[in-house]
Amino acid sequence: MIIDHPLLGPRDAAEFTYLGAATLMDRPTPEDGPKAMHDYVYLRDNPVGLHRELWYHAQGDRSWLVVTRDTMTQVITHVELARDVATAKAGGTS
Amino acid sequence: MKYNAWNIFRQGLTGNRGWKEAWRKAEPKPEYDIIVVGGGGHGLATAYYLAAKHGKHRVAVIEKGWIGGGNAGRNTTIVRSNYLLAGNQPFYELSMKLWEGLEQELNYNVMMSQRGMLNLLHSDAQRDAGVRRANAMIMSGADGALLDRDELEQNYPFLDFDNARFPIKAGLLQRRAGTARHDAVVWGYARAADQLGVDIIENCEVTGFQITDGLCTGVETSRGPIKAAKTAVCVAGSSGRVMAMAGMRLPIESFALQAFVSEGLKPVLPTAFSFGAGHFYVSQSDKGGLVFGGDLDAYNTYAQRGSLDIVQDVAECAVAVMPSIGRARLLRSWGGLMDMSMDGSPFIDQTHIDGLYFNGGWCYGGFKATPASGFCYAHLLATGQPLAVAAEYRLDRTMSGAMIDEKGQGAHPNRH
Repeated sequence: MIIDHPLLGPRDAAEFTYLGAATLMDRPTPEDGPKAMHDYVYLRDNPVGLHRELWYHAQGDRSWLVVTRDTMTQVITHVELARDVATAKAGGTS
Repeated sequence: MKYNAWNIFRQGLTGNRGWKEAWRKAEPKPEYDIIVVGGGGHGLATAYYLAAKHGKHRVAVIEKGWIGGGNAGRNTTIVRSNYLLAGNQPFYELSMKLWEGLEQELNYNVMMSQRGMLNLLHSDAQRDAGVRRANAMIMSGADGALLDRDELEQNYPFLDFDNARFPIKAGLLQRRAGTARHDAVVWGYARAADQLGVDIIENCEVTGFQITDGLCTGVETSRGPIKAAKTAVCVAGSSGRVMAMAGMRLPIESFALQAFVSEGLKPVLPTAFSFGAGHFYVSQSDKGGLVFGGDLDAYNTYAQRGSLDIVQDVAECAVAVMPSIGRARLLRSWGGLMDMSMDGSPFIDQTHIDGLYFNGGWCYGGFKATPASGFCYAHLLATGQPLAVAAEYRLDRTMSGAMIDEKGQGAHPNRH
């Protein structure tokens, strides 16, 4: 599997370690209550089809990527720096 | 017709025209008492024990493809009861005892071969952990023995005992463990369940659940709606997509596990064995092929195939522990869908929806659990109460904190 890193170009997926669903970026605060934290830690959509997920470029530039991949065909449709995804969510541009 | 020597002889004399099909191709009825979704080993075992032990005959098994076409049709066949934790080990020992009587119970040859399972131990700390696990096995009524290096060298001369990085210090052996023919288990349970009146409905995919006000009254399928007082899902790696139709998220993610068979070789392995310094395990089939596997592919998938870097990893582990395996040629490889849970242990439980039950999260260890999974699921469905050995397999244990985490890896499904 080849992951097209936004800065470094196409890289073998073996250079990365896989963390899991990109929903892990949305960590709840204590104010959200124990159920929200439980669901964040333990429950997953685990979809058939497009899945946004976190890959860590351990053997490369050590950046985190958000990869959009089809879990049935293994085709990767989109790769972004996780930093850019987080910044966009926070509404900023830096 | 019973399978026995007399019938083989009698049928042989009359042209073998009297054999009946092993199970009927049942047409779905509009209603059953209990629907089992998933015609794999666990689903068919559940239906069999519902009929045989609880007198429930208005039962249907609904399978989207052909029975046993999922993980029951593609596993590495090892059965064992060598777990550590109290929430697991008694359950797997129940399964082991059911395996030991299974061929008589089902009147079907599942090629049960109690050849033994050996876990290699490569350091003093690992040996101590092995002793703890052997004691847990013995406390549950199973058998466990610690072999020292001299005993291992006699029976496994082909292992790399003096490897500088991971020498072999000892081994934990379960003599009653072994292998069984995976397809035969499916067919044996199917035939026995069918003879007790269970309808086995193939090529029938569940497309939705009939749920109103927190009550499930049946399923929608590709062959029409079917009503049931109780709907029992057990679909292994497809758990996520099936339970999503009930609006449920699960503490489960699906990953591919690859497994391999070598060319046929003369008998070399006296037991199955596993490597203690890397994830690799192997047994030898009756046809002579070495059947082996190792790590999961790390990323969520439903593709039932994996990547080549895992093939390389598994081969490296194999050659490290058993150098001579490097001369064997790889004949066949395949991948299956593993329902990896958040603590590496399964669920057999009611859901929060009345009439809807869930059995899943078997990770890569579901085959050995087949009899006990069916036995315990049937008991829960028939009586509303779990059996003691399965009492900790609750869906809410992630909330209550009663995790059953053998490897101590935490909430990372692909690390268990």
